Amino acid sequence: MTRDEITAGLAEILEEVAGVNPDDVATEKSFTDDLDVDSLSMVEVVVAAEEKFGVKIPDNEVQNLKTVGDAVAYIEAQA
Amino acid sequence: MTRVDVVVTGLGATTPLGGDVASTWDAMLAGHSGVSPLTAPWAEQLPVRIAAQLAVEPGEVLDRVKLRRLDRSEAVALIAAHQAWADAGLADAGLDPERLAVSVGSGIGGAQTLLAQDDILEASGPRRVSPHTVPMLMPNGPAAWVGLELGARAGVHSVASACATGAEAIALGLDIIRAGRADVVVAGGTEAVIHQLPIAGFASMRAMSTRNDEPEKASRPWDKARDGFVLGEGAGVIVLERADHAAARGARVYARLAGAGLTSDGYDIVQPHPEGHGAIRAIEKAIADAGVTRTDIVHVNAHATSTPVGDMAEIAALRASVGTHPVLTATKSMSGHLLGAAGALESIATILAIRDGVVPPTINLDDPDDGLDLDVAAHKARQMDIPAALNNSFGFGGHNVALVFTRA
Repeated sequence: MTRDEITAGLAEILEEVAGVNPDDVATEKSFTDDLDVDSLSMVEVVVAAEEKFGVKIPDNEVQNLKTVGDAVAYIEAQA
Repeated sequence: MTRVDVVVTGLGATTPLGGDVASTWDAMLAGHSGVSPLTAPWAEQLPVRIAAQLAVEPGEVLDRVKLRRLDRSEAVALIAAHQAWADAGLADAGLDPERLAVSVGSGIGGAQTLLAQDDILEASGPRRVSPHTVPMLMPNGPAAWVGLELGARAGVHSVASACATGAEAIALGLDIIRAGRADVVVAGGTEAVIHQLPIAGFASMRAMSTRNDEPEKASRPWDKARDGFVLGEGAGVIVLERADHAAARGARVYARLAGAGLTSDGYDIVQPHPEGHGAIRAIEKAIADAGVTRTDIVHVNAHATSTPVGDMAEIAALRASVGTHPVLTATKSMSGHLLGAAGALESIATILAIRDGVVPPTINLDDPDDGLDLDVAAHKARQMDIPAALNNSFGFGGHNVALVFTRA
């Protein structure tokens, strides 16, 4: 799976879970500061991403995933 | 000490009869039934396959992402509260948030969330359980959401007294303003438990109508052929305001909430006291608290749920406490029984009856019970002058709440 495909998949999840406009989802965007994803929604995003990409994202990793790019890189490395 | 006057300045509701107060009231005056068949597959195995379902789905009003974090009982409470808030003209009134309180209760709470998330837990494991589960199922959730969205900082309260919840929440609002803890209280009740488990539970108690082939005729308070209540869903919310506060901002006033009476039976967990002692005392306290006399009460919106025992016990209590002169109605004949929202929806009907000078009808009262010797506005709405009216609510647990509204 390419980085673009992962980003597009994340954008779908973010739209479904938190109402984020897919056009706003870009590598440098911060989940909390730019995309307004709160902590409970972030939990939903992580669980949905695990399911969609077939990866495990442990709770202690989630705090390191500040931006969309962080998440894409992590998923790419695990997938 | 001079008694603080409390008035009603805003109304909001979403019910089986309409998505707002105006449409609900119009449907009531026209004698419409909000009861319909349950078409979900899970209903097939139930003895009860009818309910009074919302006329307007919350998804038509609230956005999809917001709804993901709201139990249905929270969603309808928010819809009704926003309507009441707008109706009261408080959005731009510059109200100090520290003088605004919320009192919104639910009889059962977030049962639909609890059951849906349990299904997910069983099927997919704990990691799939939504992080929104707890704030969705907690019984204070509806009040908390209303308080959050309106910015209330004088306290957010959620009483629970089964089918008396909505009325008790309004009575608490009266107390809060009288005690000087707030100038405005957004008060009411909410319920949304049309789901197989609550229905199976009520049906096992033999409390529900099984008139599945005639949904619109199933809720028939005081009729000889009544066979139980019909479960309804929805929310009713009213804005209570200190009268001088409302006057100072030139607010439109619907009616006064003149008094409340609350008692407990101390008799049985579900059966009302056979002689209605608790109900009688609640009504007498409400009348005394309102500073009116029993003869002033010319209209009663009764609790009357369409159960064989409860309906006539209330008649006995009314005869003993108010007398035989008031014109009664049972709007549950049209709306179904909204449990924790019932007392709030029926308060709205009582308030509008006073405002419009009309008693909404009791439909399906085709063959009145032999013991029914009080005047009921059967089948058709009745025009009459209503300076003061009573609204009764009783709940499992032996809760009795009576509210007296008067013309402002």
